[in-house]
Amino acid sequence: MSVQTPIPTSGASAVTPPQDRVAGRLPRWGQLAAFACGTAIAALLSWLTDSTVVLFVIYAAVLGTLVLYVASRRAEGRRQATDRLVTAIVTSAFGIAMVPLAALVWEVVGRGIERLDAEFFSASLQGIVGEGGGAYHALMGTLIITGLTALISVPVGLMTAIYLVEYAQGRLKRAITFFVDVMTGIPSIVAGLFAYALFVLLFGPGIRLGIMGAVALSVLMIPVVVRSAEEVLKLVPNELREASYALGVPKWRTIVKVVLPTAIAGLGTGVTLAIARVVGETAPLLITVGITNATNFNPFDGRMATLPVYAYYQLTQPGVPPEFAIDRAWTAALILIILVMGLNVVARVISRFFAPKTGR
Amino acid sequence: MAKRIDVSDLDIYYGKFLAVQGVTVSIEPRSVTALIGPSGCGKSTFLRSINRMHEVLPGARVEGKVVMDGQDLYSADVDPVDVRRQIGMVFQRPNPFPTMSIYDNVAAGLRLNNKQTKKADLDDLVERSLRGANLWNEVKDRLDRPGSSLSGGQQQRLCIARAIAVEPDVLLMDEPCSALDPISTLAIEDLMTELKERFTIVIVTHNMQQAARVSESTGFFNLNGVGQPGRLIEFNPTEKIFSNPDEKATEDYISGRFG
Repeated sequence: MSVQTPIPTSGASAVTPPQDRVAGRLPRWGQLAAFACGTAIAALLSWLTDSTVVLFVIYAAVLGTLVLYVASRRAEGRRQATDRLVTAIVTSAFGIAMVPLAALVWEVVGRGIERLDAEFFSASLQGIVGEGGGAYHALMGTLIITGLTALISVPVGLMTAIYLVEYAQGRLKRAITFFVDVMTGIPSIVAGLFAYALFVLLFGPGIRLGIMGAVALSVLMIPVVVRSAEEVLKLVPNELREASYALGVPKWRTIVKVVLPTAIAGLGTGVTLAIARVVGETAPLLITVGITNATNFNPFDGRMATLPVYAYYQLTQPGVPPEFAIDRAWTAALILIILVMGLNVVARVISRFFAPKTGR
Repeated sequence: MAKRIDVSDLDIYYGKFLAVQGVTVSIEPRSVTALIGPSGCGKSTFLRSINRMHEVLPGARVEGKVVMDGQDLYSADVDPVDVRRQIGMVFQRPNPFPTMSIYDNVAAGLRLNNKQTKKADLDDLVERSLRGANLWNEVKDRLDRPGSSLSGGQQQRLCIARAIAVEPDVLLMDEPCSALDPISTLAIEDLMTELKERFTIVIVTHNMQQAARVSESTGFFNLNGVGQPGRLIEFNPTEKIFSNPDEKATEDYISGRFG
């Protein structure tokens, strides 16, 4: 195929070969080799300076990146070298972020698995000194109080979100949005103190009830529900609302039968994640619900045990000998992590299952 | 069924902004009325004010009269929800409800209004509406599939079926073919010709050939400049508009000599 090329005005550009499009490449194994090289130097360095494993890993990562950058700079040019450098930095950042997570899961599973037995789920701490006992009462307490919290927060939060998206206008809307944002940042201990003060006003000092915990947790959960539900409701296309209005459907029915079903997946996910957010709260429950060794199913009568507070007391006041209580604390922590993880899985399942089907 | 609409001195506002000024027009029953004009001249705004969809937007309001059956649709004792039950609407972009099946989309007008209907009657209504929208043969075997599984042209006909299922007197169509290919457009134009036996149809279109093909009367909207309100420049039988319009502006617009 012959293409007429215009005669160049300067001879230089005519003879410029297409080589500037063909950059040199490091071979496939180049990256691996560079890091192997870095690791070797790091090993030598740590042997010489007699340093720890952590330091060795840091040496290896930094030196490997350096070797790779220099090699790439020589073989591939500046842009490729920068690309490789930034890739290495981003990957390292990801690695650093994963370290606490992996370490935490490793440690909690390692220490908690020991007491993850049938007794732990069936026995309370009533009459237990030393070995044995369980967290049945704390697990039930957590489930009851979290359930009550959801019962309070979900209707209030959802309706607030519906009000904000579908009805509110102007200054009031901005004010509510602002205060919801402020509420999102309330420290959990403040929520606990608020609930405590409220119930002290009603029932007198020294009161401890499960429902107080639910109220305190609601203060934390409502803004989370509002924000997530608001974002999801905003995503529902206005065209669907208009289509419904144009059929002569009143506004409230449009919201109930068109907007909410369209958004149900996102709403379910948001609510589940909000529950996961409060299920492990400790400080407000410490003040409002207290702790007990017996099983109490009634959130309107006296103290209840909850998993986070249970773990806290088992760790700080283990009794003598301490190791049994400390084991129980780890297992309680493990159960909490499993609960939160389970809730996240549930959220994903909800969003997958209820998403509007395109059917293609 | 089909009803006549008399609009007089209609001013339409978005907040303080006067978008459309002084529209006076009579829309004849059992015919297709087309509204043409450049973008932003208020055709769609005017269309939406006929079934009180305009006021759904915050700050939007209307002054003037829209009379149907001798009753002003904007008088204080008229419920906009009832107006919309009598004056249906089809939108520019097909908007079937994504959570509902094809069947449920057509039945939506009744279902959402909680009208108790026997299953057999509802089946009958769905079939009738889908036949009315020329969609029945294409979807009769997959009524339980989601409405969004259809092609764009089929979705738009599904929306038309949904609109006619509530048996309105008037059907407003806001550029119903602008998102469709020529073949789907033809299907919908044929449909309009059939539907005008039963409904009063008002259509906004940017396609002047379409206006010439389907409508009996045509209104030309225009505005003098940006920030000025749109006006109804001329309203005449379609034949006259496209052959011998009264106004110079209409002729310029139709012949493409505009601006």
